[in-house]
Amino acid sequence: MFSNSWNKFLLTGVLHSQGGFPTDEQAKLARFDAVVMPHLDAAYNLARWMTRNTTDAEDVAQEAMLRAFRFFNTFQGEDGRVWLLTIVRNTYLTWLRRQIPQQNAAEFDEAVHTDIEAALTPESEVLRRAGEQQIRKAIAQLPPEYREVILMRELEQMSYKEIAAVTQSPLGTIMSRLSRGRNLLRRLVGGECGTEVKHRD
Amino acid sequence: MTNHTEPNLVHAYIDDELDLVRSMEVEDHLAECADCAGQVASYRALRAGIGAHALRYSAPAQFRASLLEEIGKESFSEPSLENGLKKKPDALPRASFSPWANLRIPIWNWAALAACLAIAVGALFFGVHQRREHNLSQEIVADHVRSLMATHLTDVLTSDQHTVKPWFTGKLDFSPQVRDLSPQGYDLIGGRLDYLAGHSVAAIVYQRRKHVINLLTWPSDDADEQPKSSAQQGFNLIEWRQAGMYYCAVSDLNQAELMDFVSMLRK
Repeated sequence: MFSNSWNKFLLTGVLHSQGGFPTDEQAKLARFDAVVMPHLDAAYNLARWMTRNTTDAEDVAQEAMLRAFRFFNTFQGEDGRVWLLTIVRNTYLTWLRRQIPQQNAAEFDEAVHTDIEAALTPESEVLRRAGEQQIRKAIAQLPPEYREVILMRELEQMSYKEIAAVTQSPLGTIMSRLSRGRNLLRRLVGGECGTEVKHRD
Repeated sequence: MTNHTEPNLVHAYIDDELDLVRSMEVEDHLAECADCAGQVASYRALRAGIGAHALRYSAPAQFRASLLEEIGKESFSEPSLENGLKKKPDALPRASFSPWANLRIPIWNWAALAACLAIAVGALFFGVHQRREHNLSQEIVADHVRSLMATHLTDVLTSDQHTVKPWFTGKLDFSPQVRDLSPQGYDLIGGRLDYLAGHSVAAIVYQRRKHVINLLTWPSDDADEQPKSSAQQGFNLIEWRQAGMYYCAVSDLNQAELMDFVSMLRK
């Protein structure tokens, strides 16, 4: 009954099977389709990077999309992506609160990594040529408050203002998190790369 | 160099988030400070490294499909979604639980509700409309005052209507009507280009004794309207619409004479 294509879903799936819908519901679906659905990938991406696994990412993304649909009447015509990602982030934070026992252990331990950093100064060339797995691993290791701003900036190409809107924090906070996040990321990527080079030698 | 660029600024610079002045300050500093330049280079390399890979995850097709199904369920299981309460998908029909189930709301009640809504919406639009008009006249007065304060009353200074009208050509996407009313005591002194209420505006400047009159005009889709006078901060305004154009005359001239001027223009 439901097709992969959202448009078909709208027109053939729901409306025909229900034998007609209240017009405002149709209008809502159409508007949701136009405003929110184009950002499904962005929502999933954020959820995937923040939860760091597929199953939880799907749970968080789905919960967030359903919340977005349910509360779509509160959407005031602002940027659809900013609005949706704010909901994804809140949903993620709720999920995180339930995960805290397992989560803590996996977080980045700065003390362990400073040794690598002290031993090796990453060169620009090393950073530029870093492999995909290295970078993925490094981003995944970042503490969540740095990871989310790096993701929104580097993967979603969002402006500081948009990131500030999603995270509900002042611009200054975004700037300092980006600064620290990138510094840490540079050390992680450079450090790991350096170790590999050492092994090869 | 002792005054290194703050780390936050370095990143804002890399991300093109600085205004021109600050961005130039950072560039000046980078030109003479190898340390900071090295930082910028290394962060740029990091960004290039990140950008070189497709790190973004896309929603899997299966996930997308099941999500659409969920939204579909949500959509028709819950007619009153707007209250934000989630109903369990397999909940029994509402009638068996709800105390409201047997309560039929008479049809006239809906009619009354609709009427109330219509009135509320109407009032809202009326309010918005009023406020917009008020804002516009404020903007017009501000423009008039600005034109008198700065030495920017006219861009083209001439009493010749045949110089003023062509001067606007190529500067505006419409051609304003310029009339010489000097025989009637309203001297044409020039024209000016302005930007007001979201459009480019032609200002045609007249003078009556020592009083400057700014005649502002721009194209408007609305139907013709008779002149309507108002006062704002001690200035008199008369606005009207004629032949697809909006006009507003603003001056500290008294209202009677200003109306006289307007009626001559409209002839």
